Amino acid sequence: MQRWKWSLFLILILAVTGITAQAQEKEAATEIMQKKEQAFYYPGTDMQARVTMELVTAEGQKRLRVLSMLRKNDPMSMNQKYLLYFHEPGDVRRTAFLVWKYPGRDDDRWIFIPAVNMVRRVAAKDSRSSFVGSDFTYEDVSGRDVSADTHTLLKEEKLGNVDCYVIQSVPKTPADYIKKLTWVDKKTFLLLKEEYYDEQNTLARIFTADKIENIAVDGVAQGIPTVIRRTMKNVKSGHYTQTTFNSIAYNPGLEDEVFSERALQNPPQKWIK
Amino acid sequence: MRLPVVMLTIMMVWGISFPAMAQEAQAPAVGNSTVVEGKLPIEVHGFLLGIFTRRTTGEKPVKGNAGNYVLGEERLRLDLSETSESGTAMFQVKGDIFHDSIDDKTDTDLREAYAGYTHGALDLRLGRQIVTWGVGDLFFINDVFPKDWESFFSGRPLEYLKLGVDSLRARYSSEPINAEFLLIPYFTPDNMPSDKRFFFFNPFSSVPDQREVEPKSSYSNTELALRLYRQAADFDLSLYAFRGFWHSPAMKVDNPASPAVATTFYPALTVYGISAQRNISGGVLSLETGYYDSRDDRKGDDPTVPNSQWRALIGYQYQLWEDFTAGVQAYSEYMEDYGAYRNSLPPDAPIQDRFRGVLSTRLTQFLQYQTWKLTVFTAYSPTDGDYFIQPEVSYKITDNLSVSGGANIWDGAQETTFFGQFNKSDNVYVSARFDF
Repeated sequence: MQRWKWSLFLILILAVTGITAQAQEKEAATEIMQKKEQAFYYPGTDMQARVTMELVTAEGQKRLRVLSMLRKNDPMSMNQKYLLYFHEPGDVRRTAFLVWKYPGRDDDRWIFIPAVNMVRRVAAKDSRSSFVGSDFTYEDVSGRDVSADTHTLLKEEKLGNVDCYVIQSVPKTPADYIKKLTWVDKKTFLLLKEEYYDEQNTLARIFTADKIENIAVDGVAQGIPTVIRRTMKNVKSGHYTQTTFNSIAYNPGLEDEVFSERALQNPPQKWIK
Repeated sequence: MRLPVVMLTIMMVWGISFPAMAQEAQAPAVGNSTVVEGKLPIEVHGFLLGIFTRRTTGEKPVKGNAGNYVLGEERLRLDLSETSESGTAMFQVKGDIFHDSIDDKTDTDLREAYAGYTHGALDLRLGRQIVTWGVGDLFFINDVFPKDWESFFSGRPLEYLKLGVDSLRARYSSEPINAEFLLIPYFTPDNMPSDKRFFFFNPFSSVPDQREVEPKSSYSNTELALRLYRQAADFDLSLYAFRGFWHSPAMKVDNPASPAVATTFYPALTVYGISAQRNISGGVLSLETGYYDSRDDRKGDDPTVPNSQWRALIGYQYQLWEDFTAGVQAYSEYMEDYGAYRNSLPPDAPIQDRFRGVLSTRLTQFLQYQTWKLTVFTAYSPTDGDYFIQPEVSYKITDNLSVSGGANIWDGAQETTFFGQFNKSDNVYVSARFDF
């Protein structure tokens, strides 16, 4: 009888610690993903970049998107504002997107269509949709709410010669993937690789950080490590998109007015040239 | 064409003074901007566009060229622009040279030409410019600015639906309120489908002497438009006021019994309105309403002038799956003095209902990395018993080259209602466009 009680007690203890450990592991994984989000989408207080996207079909046919990206963080929250202004190709030249991003709820998004001089709100539900026909989704460009997935730390391993955490993320509400594996640099918390698995649990898309540079910024001695070239590849179609950040400036001092309806129609020249 | 010449001169003078301004502004420029040697002082872009539109009904308008083609044109768009580095000064000129094989003539079309100046919170723009207000998709309430329905119904790209207005536009942006004000000294009417290319209801088409009278350019005829806007409770909120003229034509005859002269004219109009747009449940909700005060017929008893009316619309746009968006709208017009209108009508004239309602949907699907775009716009009026359908497929062969094909289809129980009148004008079109 006694032994039976002891066994039960032990089992309970093990179960409780097991559950706690698992919870802690989840917490650790979530924390890593939050740090990754910070390192990848939030560095600096504001940011200015000229971005080139090369869309390449399996046959090698190339299309090009050139845009200016301006971003500013809300100092009080995880909210961010983005202004994206297109330089190329011709049919979208001067088109601009304004995004007010709120993790945890739908973003506010507006588009400026230069041909008819019109500012319109656009539906925010399409955050998993392709960004301007590329392999990147809107969320790949401006980040995904960390709490939208359940994260688990699978293992720690080297990617090339960089020590990484490997996190598995499962969407809490149905998305275009059922599982995502993320390789996060242990030192810089930069996102180095992602694998997206579709409903059949087969590998569908792969993200790779191809080139990392330290971008000089006042107050940070060694600069801010930044992925300046990245690729998203659709494994099934062979189509891929390579994005290059040609000139990045952190903390250039973007004014709040840069992220307004006025700026959509009258783009701030000194920041987009 | 008198104003464009003046505008072009302004642009040229403005343009010449730009290099100096650019240099002046270089010193404080921040970021990574570099001056590329040998770069043109102004930006030059544009496109080549070819469109062929053919009627499918086999019917030929009496005043047409006896063929089945509605449009056969080649267009060269030139788009010149420059903004000073500091952003305080800018200009933009968009002009088309086109050849139309139905009329067999080559002509020009100055789409936009304006100079802009920014000072603090104030943006000023002088010249011909396209202005788009309101939240409707092809239903216009507070967007009182001129439209080119002939272009829209004959397969030209959507941007040709809007005509520029020769105006001074001032915009003031601030945290509590934004304001946009237009002063339009030169009247621009809507371009309605012509009887050379379309079939539509015109009770006076057989009147020998057809005339058109536009409001003269004068101090008192200057059109004024004001929009106040800001965000409030997650809504993009706008208030509108317009004082000017109807841009869609009204018609009168000298003697109703045996008319010799039919005159197209544009009665006085004032519009007040409001619009609101916000995100709801992942989609975009749009609301808009406006009161049309038809100042030349306040009693509503002049059958040649449209009566005062209320207009309202509600719309919702939602993405159902990746790259597929659905939009629905309900639009209505409500005539104010319906009794007076009924009493004023000549005995055998077609009678408009007091209430006109239209339901519309727009479905858009992108395919193959958004190189294919399939879209269909449908508008159906349960009160008029007529409809309009516009399907279109377009494909981007490269970043610069695209081709499109589509159709305009109308039908209705009567040939006097808004869509029904175009019943015999059904057409299909193909176009190719090269951007540079």
